Amino acid sequence: MSITVKDVQHVAKLARLQLSPEEEGTFTEQMNAILQYAEKLNELDTENVQPTTHVLQVSNVMRDDVVKESLSQEEALLNAPEEEDGHFKVPAVLE
Amino acid sequence: MSLFQYRLPEVHNMLNSKAVSVSELTESSLSAIADHDSKVHAFLTLNEEGARASARALDDKLASGAARGLLFGLPAGIKDNIVTKGLRTTCASQFLTNFQPIYDATVVSKLRQADAVTIGKLNMDEFAMGGSNENSSFGAVRNPWDLERVPGGSSGGSAAAVAAGEVFFTLGSDTGGSIRQPASYCGVVGLKPTYGLVSRYGLVAFASSLDQIGPITRTVEDSAYVLQAIAGYDAQDSTSAKVDIPDYLSSLTGDIAGLRIAVPKEYIGEGVDASVRESVLSALKVLEGLGAVWEEVSLPHTEYAVAAYYLLSSSEASSNLARFDGVRYGVRVDEGGGLLDLYHNSRSRGFGPEVKRRIMLGTYALSSGYYDAYYLKAQKVRTLIKQDFDEVFKKYDVVIGPTAPTTAFKLGSQTEDPLTMYLNDILTIPVSLAGIPAVSVPCGFAEGLPVGLQIIGKEFDESTVLRVAHAFEQHTEHHKARPQL
Repeated sequence: MSITVKDVQHVAKLARLQLSPEEEGTFTEQMNAILQYAEKLNELDTENVQPTTHVLQVSNVMRDDVVKESLSQEEALLNAPEEEDGHFKVPAVLE
Repeated sequence: MSLFQYRLPEVHNMLNSKAVSVSELTESSLSAIADHDSKVHAFLTLNEEGARASARALDDKLASGAARGLLFGLPAGIKDNIVTKGLRTTCASQFLTNFQPIYDATVVSKLRQADAVTIGKLNMDEFAMGGSNENSSFGAVRNPWDLERVPGGSSGGSAAAVAAGEVFFTLGSDTGGSIRQPASYCGVVGLKPTYGLVSRYGLVAFASSLDQIGPITRTVEDSAYVLQAIAGYDAQDSTSAKVDIPDYLSSLTGDIAGLRIAVPKEYIGEGVDASVRESVLSALKVLEGLGAVWEEVSLPHTEYAVAAYYLLSSSEASSNLARFDGVRYGVRVDEGGGLLDLYHNSRSRGFGPEVKRRIMLGTYALSSGYYDAYYLKAQKVRTLIKQDFDEVFKKYDVVIGPTAPTTAFKLGSQTEDPLTMYLNDILTIPVSLAGIPAVSVPCGFAEGLPVGLQIIGKEFDESTVLRVAHAFEQHTEHHKARPQL
């Protein structure tokens, strides 16, 4: 199975990336090479193998529900590229 | 005279006897950086004022006779994907050029509690993606042993800074080999602890199920000290392990009589340079001489590890890096086209090519219709790789092989071919997928370039890994060699 420039454009949209035509070409080529290499995994029969999502046996980690100080508004906004009236500013999303 | 030729206990003795002060130690580090870093380019940000202030406070503490931390007075560098309050943290990405963290990572707090001095932040591959440090958007690090060669990646700055004698120790992060492989290329000691032993709170995530912070040092003993200071359960990290932390220093007995070593045939076979193989076989002779026994074994799924790793790590990266959207921090490119355009433009401008490639690969592998074929399949292969190690560890105490199949390669020689670059990590990736600990220690030179020996242990058995590495180091001189800068 090989992927086309059209596939790359679709994935870029999903990944919220704007690619130049040159990047689209390069990524199509490189992703095909990598995915072709990944086909190697199909040599293995994994029908009855459980997936490993996590190497340690930990699950449902909870912490005590304790009231504590949160970040101050000033700290939360410290790295904001644009802010206004104590909020992160984004372009209008409603007409 | 450089203070960096001394072992950690020796430095502490010198501090105790007032032969040196913490401020002098700090100045010696800063002057080594001034002398060498224009060539090596290990540092992205220096914390000169902060380091001097810490040093003065520690000198006062020394004078007052108050209890001192395990890493008292030692100049340290921190990989730039570990957040440091008020000290710029960039992940070597244009995206975070001016990012000022508002809190410290747990490891950074622990270093401070242990009285280490933070000298600055170290260069790396952008968002820790790479095996050569050429993906830093602030320029590559150079290998102190040969400035035309790569230091390895992604903790290239962390390894090169120690090799160049700029700081006493550093912290790196390892996802598929990013502590061990640069340690091998730069002739220093790099330890990747068991997944979950060291808190990841405050480590900018690349692949959350694989990332682990660990020390890079000149000696195994120093590595044990740093690990002792940073290991332990952290409620802030939901993947942190609740295990008892042993006394790693007491495991450095030098005694490995009767130790059972497995040497996977896949680790010394085709694709591994003859000179690397030779150094590893000589190292095994040293260990044999100390009473250990070794046998060849097989880790049959080794050849599938790289494919599984790139699918899993890229998938997790695509998810983790979704948070970089130009709204709350980092680069923002607003060309008036609305919110979606702001996301697209900020991410496209902020991320470099390797990061984009991995986000693309991961998004594809997780997308509708391909999840089972790629992501789930890779997770199942991960199980098989872990089972390979489980099987071998039923009979053996450690697994030993080279850290990397070759010595450091020339800058620019592999940048056009990501797949070849990815294959350099074939000997470190299986360990990362299995989540077990491994250390790389210098075991020789090939044409003037360091070769690393990888010692792999059972889950949470850092003590044995360090014991073997220390015994080896005690009977060899490789770690004492220094690059000429």
